[in-house]
Amino acid sequence: MPEKTAATAVSAETEAGATAPDDAPAAVTAKPEKARSLWSDAWGDLRRNPLFLISAGLILVLLAISAFPGLFTSASPRDADLANHYLQHPNWGHFFAPDWFGYDGQGRSIYARVIYGARASIMVGVGVTALVTIIGTIIGMAAGYFGGLTDSLLSRVTDIFMGIPFLLGALVVLTGFENRSIWVVILALVFLGWTVIARVARGAVINIKQADYVVAAKALGASTSRILLRHVLPNALAPIIVVATIALGGYIAAEATLSFLGVGLAEPTVSWGVDVSSGREQLRNAPHVLIIPSVMVSITVLAFLMFGDAVRNALDPKLR
Amino acid sequence: MTIIETTADVPAPRGDRQHEGPLLEVRDLHVEFHTRDGVTKAVNGVNYSVSAGETLAVLGESGSGKSVTAQAVMGILDMPPGRIPKGEILFRGQDMLRMSAEERRALRGRKIAMIFQDALSSLNPVLSVGYQLGEMFRVHEGLSKKEAKAKAIELMDKVKIPAAAARVGDYPHQFSGGMRQRIMIAMALALEPDLIIADEPTTALDVTVQAQVMDLLAELQAEYNMGLILITHDLGVVADVADRIAVMYAGRIVETAPVHELYQRPAHPYTRGLLDSIPRLDQKGEELYAIKGLPPNLTRIPTGCAFNPRCPKAGDVCRTDVPALHQVTEQDGTELPGRGSACHFWKETIHG
Amino acid sequence: MGRYVARRLLQMIPVFIGSTFLIFAMMYALPGDPVRALMGDQAFDPAVLEAKRHELGLDLPLWQQYVNYFTGLLQGDFGTEIGSGRPISEIIAHAFPVSVRLTLFAFTFTVIVGIGLGIVAGLRPESVRDRGLLGLTLVLISMPSFVLGYLMQYLFAFQLGLTTPTVQDSESFGDLFLPAIVLGSLSLAYVARLTRTSIAENLRADYMRTAVAKGLPRRRIVGVHLMRNSLVPVVTFLGTDIGNLMAGAIVTEGIFNVQGVGDAIYEALFRREGATVVGIASLIVLVYLLASLLVDLLYAVLDPRIRYA
Repeated sequence: MPEKTAATAVSAETEAGATAPDDAPAAVTAKPEKARSLWSDAWGDLRRNPLFLISAGLILVLLAISAFPGLFTSASPRDADLANHYLQHPNWGHFFAPDWFGYDGQGRSIYARVIYGARASIMVGVGVTALVTIIGTIIGMAAGYFGGLTDSLLSRVTDIFMGIPFLLGALVVLTGFENRSIWVVILALVFLGWTVIARVARGAVINIKQADYVVAAKALGASTSRILLRHVLPNALAPIIVVATIALGGYIAAEATLSFLGVGLAEPTVSWGVDVSSGREQLRNAPHVLIIPSVMVSITVLAFLMFGDAVRNALDPKLR
Repeated sequence: MTIIETTADVPAPRGDRQHEGPLLEVRDLHVEFHTRDGVTKAVNGVNYSVSAGETLAVLGESGSGKSVTAQAVMGILDMPPGRIPKGEILFRGQDMLRMSAEERRALRGRKIAMIFQDALSSLNPVLSVGYQLGEMFRVHEGLSKKEAKAKAIELMDKVKIPAAAARVGDYPHQFSGGMRQRIMIAMALALEPDLIIADEPTTALDVTVQAQVMDLLAELQAEYNMGLILITHDLGVVADVADRIAVMYAGRIVETAPVHELYQRPAHPYTRGLLDSIPRLDQKGEELYAIKGLPPNLTRIPTGCAFNPRCPKAGDVCRTDVPALHQVTEQDGTELPGRGSACHFWKETIHG
Repeated sequence: MGRYVARRLLQMIPVFIGSTFLIFAMMYALPGDPVRALMGDQAFDPAVLEAKRHELGLDLPLWQQYVNYFTGLLQGDFGTEIGSGRPISEIIAHAFPVSVRLTLFAFTFTVIVGIGLGIVAGLRPESVRDRGLLGLTLVLISMPSFVLGYLMQYLFAFQLGLTTPTVQDSESFGDLFLPAIVLGSLSLAYVARLTRTSIAENLRADYMRTAVAKGLPRRRIVGVHLMRNSLVPVVTFLGTDIGNLMAGAIVTEGIFNVQGVGDAIYEALFRREGATVVGIASLIVLVYLLASLLVDLLYAVLDPRIRYA
């Protein structure tokens, strides 16, 4: 029975899909049209979804900022000039100027720091998601497809990792390192985060394994690797991608939280989490020092969440 | 919305015993659905009636509007997207479409009940069948939990579920398909309603079980003298139990007739097509007839007769004029009672 | 049922041992040394250091250290802090009730408000209020709790002066109100979304149509037929979420200066007090495991199709 215990809210939400209206209207609205694949169908849906377009646009801008921060600001994030006091109010009219968002406690341009801080967040988010997806998919597929002892073993290992709350585990791992580069943070999050994808992949593979086309492929004598790569993986991919995209936002939030707690990235690395942490001292008198990088974290997480949500709605036929 | 737990104090249209004429009369009913792809015209002017003790079979392919009509009668259409722009549904002479929500609710289950196709999904999976049966008595008659349970066992006995007392606490998934459908029937019968609508009650069942369930339904109908609307796409099911048949196509009734006459002499090319597509032993070896083409898209129903693109007899008039439901007569002009055909060429079809 | 519980409890043992060992290993195998931390910045004699390490058993192989630790744990001995010499059980006894109170407060808030919002949105899918609530939950999810925490602190304490910026008395519900809301907000958003999706889906189920056809009053249709089915996935999520709430308390307690386990664990981490970290973490893992067992049992009660197997 514990089989059905939902791994995360995300996967549970994915499982719970609304069914199409029944009877005549449904039969009728199915227009005679060319058979379309899940993916092209999803793309057709996404192109018309304003939430998707907004979030995709935001993500593109964020990617551009993190790739070429120099294009967006002339100021350096590390130039500290105490002549620029944090109590000076931001000059909201000075678009893209160094003093647009004002200055932080050390007289550095908040705008420049916000621009240069994007790279850390995006790298952590994308890096963790990519690695977690690869590792989780391999482990989940192995457990789901081979079953038996392999499954029991891998599932117990997954259980053990899942038993440790994510944030707590990350704290413990990261405090062990004196110099925490972006890669250390990424690997620590991957070390603890792969279980979510593994669970989803395992569940998807178990469902697919029983599908007629897999049974047919087996009956026709297809090799295990061929079945896995040609039949199982492509069909298991949709739920995995959905969970991964939504998780991406979570990893960015996790990086910011850890940096904020002082165990993630640290000076001189420019990161939103670090800036929020140092902005605490000015909270009472100059809340914008803390709020602006916070808002950047939220907007980024929100962009990826909306993106993931839109992709899920498009890929999950049950929801349509 | 006011919520009244029992229906005893609702002004009851059903008290009207003097009402003459049919139990239920549907007049010029229209139902449409507003969806992303446009307006789907699911029902386009349906008329039919059922009297006490009578069985009307409504026959049609999926998408013909037979279930939607029944849902409109039952008052369980999803509105929106559904809408009833026109029509009347008279129950004992009173238009149900003009009743308040509360008045309609009081009729549902108590005076008009419905049996659904898929009993597994139509029964609540997390409540015991005893609870679901007993609920009828608790809500409509205000019985206590204990009394309701006793009634539930009685009902399960009535529909011939073995060891009813022992199984009253079981859940729907613990019963076989046939037994589940019996429970659905029991639920519909609980308050001995005047009218039962059965929406493809046996489609999901094995053939042998189908016959048992249909027999049970027919038997109970006779016992309580109920009106029965049997919705189906299966001509075989209809022949044994129905008194009259109404054939639906694209949201209209295209032919209506007493059951045996319809089989002997169909007066609409669509009905003829349906009858010809039943495999018969004496035609073994010949190619089975099939109606060509597909049912129409209800957002774009063809002009004229909706069946014209698929009809072997279609002429120019069929593409321009919507045929009315003509009274069908013998060649010498004597009226055939209860027979109607919505075909410009009904004479040729029945007599040709 | 009894047998199932017994079997599940037995299954929990290896997972518990595995999880605690993992934390233990992360704590002790990684660089960072409590003895070194104890010495601080002062110059030290490597020989003294070595002697101290030997005395504490820190020179043993990792697995042996763990066995020693675990046998102690089984006898109820959490060990003592190297730096302060305080028994760890005392630290836990001091900090745990505070966090449990905070977590329960946050949990209650999550359940009531989250499910409430989910029902309100789910009963009218695609309506303005549904979209509005979905938007609100998206914003809550995208706001890391430290962001929300500081925003609330700035707004309610500094601007409006309604509360003190930090918690003065951890037994006062008024003081714990703000931290509990911040702690619960992420789960709240998930619960609301999950409830909403589940309700919207079940609303279209065939059995709902049957319930209407039976002539049941709307209150009964929604309250009995819809709720029983819709809450199953929500309960599952809530169970697995208790552990996360307790871990999330690390951040919230930091912001509002609550002296709970989050605070204790955070401090211990920087002093490399392994035994404290592992002790508290083990308790959180235990809470998490017991909560998921409870959920599994509850699950079977809520959904009769699930059998104890």
